[in-house]
Order: sequence, then C-alpha cells, then structure tokens
Amino acid sequence: MQSLVIVAHGSHLNPGSSAPTYDHADTVRATGAFDEVKTGFWKEEPHFREVLRTVEGDEIYVVPLFVSEGYFTEQVIPRELRLEGWDVSEWDSDGLSADQATLVAEDIDREVHYCGPVGTHRAMTDVIVRRAESVTDDPDVGDGFGLAVVGHGTERNENSAKAIEYHADRIAERDRFDEVKALYMDEDPEVDDLPEFFESDDVVLVPLFIADGYHTQEDIPEDVGLCEDHTEGYDVPTEVDGTRIWYAGAVGTEPLMADVLLERAADAGADLGGALDDVRETTRVATGD
Amino acid sequence: MAEPAADSTDSATNPEVPDIDLPSDAFDAVLDALADRDPGDPLRFEGFSVAQDAEGGDEDATGAYRLDPVDGDPRTALSERELHEALSERAAAVTDWYAFERVVGEFGPRRAFLRWLEDADGATVATRYAALAEGIERAWGELRITATVTDRGERRYDVRHADDAGVPVDNLDRYDDPLDARDLVTLDGKGRYRPLKTAPSLAGGWAFPDLGPRDAYEAVETIYPATVANWHREREGELDVTHWRETMERQSGIYGVVKTWDRGEGHEHVNWVAEACCDDSQCLKRREWGYDEETDLDVDGGDGVFPCREPCSVVVSAARKWTRLESEQPRTYEFDLTPSEKEQVEDIIDAVADGRIDEIREADTKEGANRYRTRFLRAKLFDGEGNLGGVPTEPDEEDEE
Repeated sequence: MQSLVIVAHGSHLNPGSSAPTYDHADTVRATGAFDEVKTGFWKEEPHFREVLRTVEGDEIYVVPLFVSEGYFTEQVIPRELRLEGWDVSEWDSDGLSADQATLVAEDIDREVHYCGPVGTHRAMTDVIVRRAESVTDDPDVGDGFGLAVVGHGTERNENSAKAIEYHADRIAERDRFDEVKALYMDEDPEVDDLPEFFESDDVVLVPLFIADGYHTQEDIPEDVGLCEDHTEGYDVPTEVDGTRIWYAGAVGTEPLMADVLLERAADAGADLGGALDDVRETTRVATGD
Repeated sequence: MAEPAADSTDSATNPEVPDIDLPSDAFDAVLDALADRDPGDPLRFEGFSVAQDAEGGDEDATGAYRLDPVDGDPRTALSERELHEALSERAAAVTDWYAFERVVGEFGPRRAFLRWLEDADGATVATRYAALAEGIERAWGELRITATVTDRGERRYDVRHADDAGVPVDNLDRYDDPLDARDLVTLDGKGRYRPLKTAPSLAGGWAFPDLGPRDAYEAVETIYPATVANWHREREGELDVTHWRETMERQSGIYGVVKTWDRGEGHEHVNWVAEACCDDSQCLKRREWGYDEETDLDVDGGDGVFPCREPCSVVVSAARKWTRLESEQPRTYEFDLTPSEKEQVEDIIDAVADGRIDEIREADTKEGANRYRTRFLRAKLFDGEGNLGGVPTEPDEEDEE
C-alpha cells in the first residue's frame, strides 16, 4: 500500500495557509496513484510529530511542501518525524539537489522515503511558468513580457536564493520571455526597484512562496508599489513607473504544484502509473477554445 | 463517557435482533476467504466456524463445506447453495465478520475505533445488532456519532456536532465527503480561525448523515486529527508521552529560547501554562504529559476521551512568548484604585480569560468588563500616553522628559 504524506508549514494565525496543501493533496488523490494521501503540519494538525501514526501504508513517501532546502527540510521535519539516523549528508545535496533518503521513522518503526522539497525540483520551473500563464490568462505568454522570480534573499537561508536563481536561469534558457530576473526581498537586486531591472512594458512577478500570507499579500505588493497599503488591494496588472506588473501571488497556490509532489515521489521510487500526465493535463490553463 | 443509547441491560436480556439479509458480497467474501485457506482450516464466526470439507478437497461448484456450530453437531458435505442457506440463517454473524474483516480492514486505529463505537464491552453480535438497530450514540470531543446497521448488515454512521443531536438532517448542511470536514473545522461559530482543532469551539449546523465505516473514521480524524491514533495507542498501552522538559529541550530556531525558561526552580510556570492552555475549557484533549517523567503538574489534565501526548505547537509558541515576558523582573508601581476599580480590573481579566466578553451586554453596567464601564475606567485612569494611573511603565521615562 503506497502512501503520500505532504508536510507543510501551516499557520496559527492565517486560516488560508493550509489551503494550497489541501488542494494539491486533493489533486494527487484524484489521480488514484496513491492508496492514501495525508497532510501534516508544523503549525496545524496533525502535527509533524503525529502525522505518520495516521498513515496506514507500508510504502511511504514524505514530500515537504517548502520552497528551499534549509532549516525546515534539514532539521525540523526529520527531527519531528523522528527519522532515525538522519543527517543532512543523506541527501548529498549542493542546496538544490536533494532527492530522497530512506530512513526508519521511529514513531511507526517503518521505513519512509524522505524527499527533497518541492521548491528545488526541476519541475518547479514549469510551475512558475504555468503561474505566469494563469495570472495573464494566456497559455502562450512570453513574447513582449519579462518575468521576475522573487524570494527571500540569503539573509534567512542561503539556499533560498539558490532556488530562485536556479529556476530563473532555467526559464531564461528557454527563450520564452523577453527577460527573466531573480529578485529578492532583503538583498540586491531588490524587488522594490523592479521597473529598473526590466525593459519590457509587461512583467509577470512570481513570488516563490508556498502559501499566500504576510509576505505575498502585504510585503511584496507594498514594496513593489502595487498599492500604498495592502488593505486597498491592487489590480492585475498595475502600472508602476511605466511597467505593467502582473502580480501572481504565491506560486504554491498554482494547481500544477501537485505535479511536483508527484515528481518528488516518483524520483524516490513511487509507482505512479499515468498520474503525472493526468495532473499536467487537468491543471492546464484553458486555451480559450 | 457516552453510553450506548439503548439500555444495555435491557437489550442484553431481551435483544430485538433485526432481520438481516445476507448480501452477496459478504457471502462471496466468505467463499474467497475459504478458497485462500487450506482444507479443514476453519473461518471463525461468532457461534460457528466454516471450512472447506477436508474430505472434498475439490474446489468445484459442487464443492464441499462444513459448518461447525460451537455447541452442536457439525454439518458436513454442504454444497455452495446449502452453505448459503446455512449462512443466511446466521446472517448477523456473517455480516459482522464481513464488516470488520473486509470493509473496515486491519488498520489498528480505524478498526479499534469503529469497534468501540458499537462495542465497548465485548458484547455479542446479537446484542450489538439490537443496539445498532436502535442507533448507538457516542461522544468524541464535541462530536456525536450515531452508528446504525442496515438490513444487509452494513454499518452506517451519522457524524455531527453534539449540539445538533436530534435535529432533522434537512435542517442541517449535509455532507458526504469526509474531507469536506476540513472546511467545517477552520472557523468557529463567530468566523474566527481555530488554530487548535481540539479546542471546544467546533461550529455546528452540519451533518454527515450516512457514512460508511471508513469514511466515518476519516471524518472523525479530519475533525480531530490523530486523536483516534493516539487513543488507540493508549488503549494498547503504547502511548508515547513526551513531557514538557523533553519537548522544550528539542526546540530550535526561534523556539530554542523556551528551554531557558526551565531553571531548575520547580515547575510552577508549567502549571500556569497548562492552566492557561490545556484546561478542558480550552482543549478537549486529556493532558497526559507532565513536567518530566517523574513530575506531574498540579493542575487538572481534563476528562477528554482522547489523550494529549506532548505540548502542542500552540503551547510551544505561547511558551516562547512567556519565556521572554517571564525573564523580566517585577517592579513596584504605585497608583490608586477604588475598591470597585480593583474588582473591575479583576472582572476584565476574568472576562477575557474565560472568553466572555461577547456575552456581556452593551448596557449591562453591572458587569465590570462591560464596554462602557471599561471605557470609563480608561478615560479616568489613563494619561495621554496610555499609562495606567499616569505611571510610566519604565521608571526612568519621567526623568528623560
């Protein structure tokens, strides 16, 4: 019996924080690729500490719904799941290349496949592009557009910036958008000065965050100048200093994120049948025909 | 805790067992189970067992089965048709086997929970079916779960808020997918976010009126995550309790500071935390953790049916705040209050701590925590900077002016 366990941050304060986790769990569930799909949280319930005891299966894949490798994926989650003998070297990662480690979870005395976070998987690049398609409502968006991928800087986690650059570079290599830049919230190049970094009249701004919350709904819109105060809201697009900014909100809310969860599990050995193709198809932006 | 609705003494002495038709899926499951066994290896039901007749090892349709009543003569060389007839006469026991062995399955927490719903004391099939026919009600946190049985021996469950017990389903929002419960638990009755799913603030007005066994378990585990799993471990004598000290020692990052709150000077601070956060008025889990392995807390752990095995994330977050606040040294402030004002301050603290402020009527100025009374107190006692009695919080603030 094959089980997927999605572990995410959650919130004590924001009722919407867990919504993307539940949505992606439902998408995966609908593929039928797993006998069960469970969710566990750091700030909600079931907690990381107790989620595994709710799992029935014997082939368990744990995928962190986090954007980068770092404190949560390397320390908190393995500790709270009680993965016996965990050491970050198990992933043998350069900060972007964590794949999976198979360890016994003390809580249930069964092996689990502990996967790298969704945010650093190569398939995440497609989700960022898909997010740009969603917010512009154009499945072919790119020509005449710039794309800004935005995240925390290195201040909190050096790997956070690595993930942003990784995806920005990969999208740039596709020659789909006129320009692609990695911007940061707490270091240069700063998202506050977005129009200075782009020549394009239209720029899609995709924050590499899992859930909408303080950073994506208050911080970034105000810093970029989409609004004076986030309570006023903003239009999509909004013109700032001559640049039309298409603000996408957290990339983690994009339905295609479910694909990355599946890719992570597949990389760790899960048997998914045709689920990957299903998810890519069902989450697609309508072409308007 | 909750008793079955049917009077158990009465139903034990005079059970009205409902007529059960043996459904083909239950009968087929028996045949499949027998086919998987060696001839002669019996499949046990309450009151009898069935086996392939060791003599007639041929598995053909004419095949031979034997039925051994616990206290009676065995019947041998039964054809499939004759076996069906014999099992139809014992349909309650067969459907009971089918319900738990094939529908509910092996998974420990689910099986134990669904069994407990209808059978806390190891009752017979007849007693359970008689009680199920009337509906067996159980409480789980704020939930009321009613188990019934159909005339095909299938279990059905109604899951709803205890406050909605007896309300016709048509007057409630009906749900059939247990995962829909995720939306029902997010906000309380006043639309406020519930960060703790076991807080006694579950809103009502909905029902899952007709769930199968697996979905009933899923609904309960969605509304109160991991409570069944922990309850099951406790019943098995395997609940892994992690006490306060160990939990705080484990914290890191912004929560790493909480371990400094334990200074080897007793556990009074943890009593206060538990009184603040873990009381039954705040959380329905029954606290099983103490200060450490040897040291219980001095406050009540609650009466909940499911256990709390370690300080939760809400407690850890709050403890982080208290660790900082409690590192401050007390000071003496001097300001004058009338006796009624002192009592009013106490009333306000009580009203906030007990979540009563919404109950205090706007014009009820007899209540110390009444809004007009409180605004009057502020108007009278606060200076322009919001200092109670005009006394600055930091003693040197005045000198700096």
